[in-house]
Amino acid sequence: MTATSSPHASTEHKRPNYVLIWLYLFVLTVAEVALAFELPVSRNVKLLLLLFLAVWKALLVALFFMHLKFERWRLRLIFIVPLPLAAILVTVVIMEKVW
Amino acid sequence: MTHATQALDQMRPPSPAEPGAGVYSNKLGMWVFLASDVMFFTALIGSYIVLRFGAPGEWAKPGAVLNVPLTAVNTFLLICSSVSMVKAYAAIQDGKKYFLRPVPGKFLRDGGLKFWLLVTMLCGAAFVSVQVVEYIKLVGHGFTPAGFREGSTLAEHAVADPIKYGATVAGLYGSSFFTMTGFHGFHVTCGVISMTYLYFTKVLPEKYSPQDYRGIEVIGLYWHFVDLVWIILFTIVYLI
Repeated sequence: MTATSSPHASTEHKRPNYVLIWLYLFVLTVAEVALAFELPVSRNVKLLLLLFLAVWKALLVALFFMHLKFERWRLRLIFIVPLPLAAILVTVVIMEKVW
Repeated sequence: MTHATQALDQMRPPSPAEPGAGVYSNKLGMWVFLASDVMFFTALIGSYIVLRFGAPGEWAKPGAVLNVPLTAVNTFLLICSSVSMVKAYAAIQDGKKYFLRPVPGKFLRDGGLKFWLLVTMLCGAAFVSVQVVEYIKLVGHGFTPAGFREGSTLAEHAVADPIKYGATVAGLYGSSFFTMTGFHGFHVTCGVISMTYLYFTKVLPEKYSPQDYRGIEVIGLYWHFVDLVWIILFTIVYLI
């Protein structure tokens, strides 16, 4: 099958270990809940750690389940471009509120 | 797979890839839709953050109003459905169109596309069902989109401990919670309906082949995106 004739050309790659990623996601979810309720850390540290874990989990899903890791850059850009725009939107609105 | 089915699969001409982005149009269309959905959920999440920043009082403490253990289990259910979705995707890539097939010398059976997609649909339906039960219980306890209902259990608790229950901003909390989780639940419901349609019109009649499984890949992208959004929502709505 040539690269141009297949509708799935961009997804031909070594298959990730999906069960291992599922285990990662499970452990990270348990860690999040434990962090939110059990660990005696300050509120700001907790907030940063929880956001870090959430982004880590989201990245695992996007890179391995949605196969973004194996897609061409042109396709990745479609998904990546709205993210800085989203960050700008939230930052600007928060700044307006703070000022 | 029988020889006849294999031969039929090979006879099906693969659809040409799009020259621009290098992917077929259905997949490109789904990615563009997902990009627009990122902006949609960002607007919701951004509004939530701004409301929380600018609220005149403290938000309710995590777990005070919402049932976090139940939602953690529900989150895990959605993650499991994402794994079963990629297993369905991998199964059709390998030409496994069947439901379950015994593996010689092993107790466990090998799952095919029909099995893994059914698991995904059931996990998705279970997620929505748990969310409906959660809504019914929350409203029953007095947590509504307008805040705490007067005379309800939660309203009494909020009077006794206004800081823990975020009594002053209960209306903001209720409206943002139901809007964000409601829209996400709507997305999950649409996904389950779409998968059910695909299951009966394409998967059961074995219309997908290792040469062409576009429907599975496209619905898979949507489903993983819904999972991704929930991962973020679970953290910012339930845990922070």
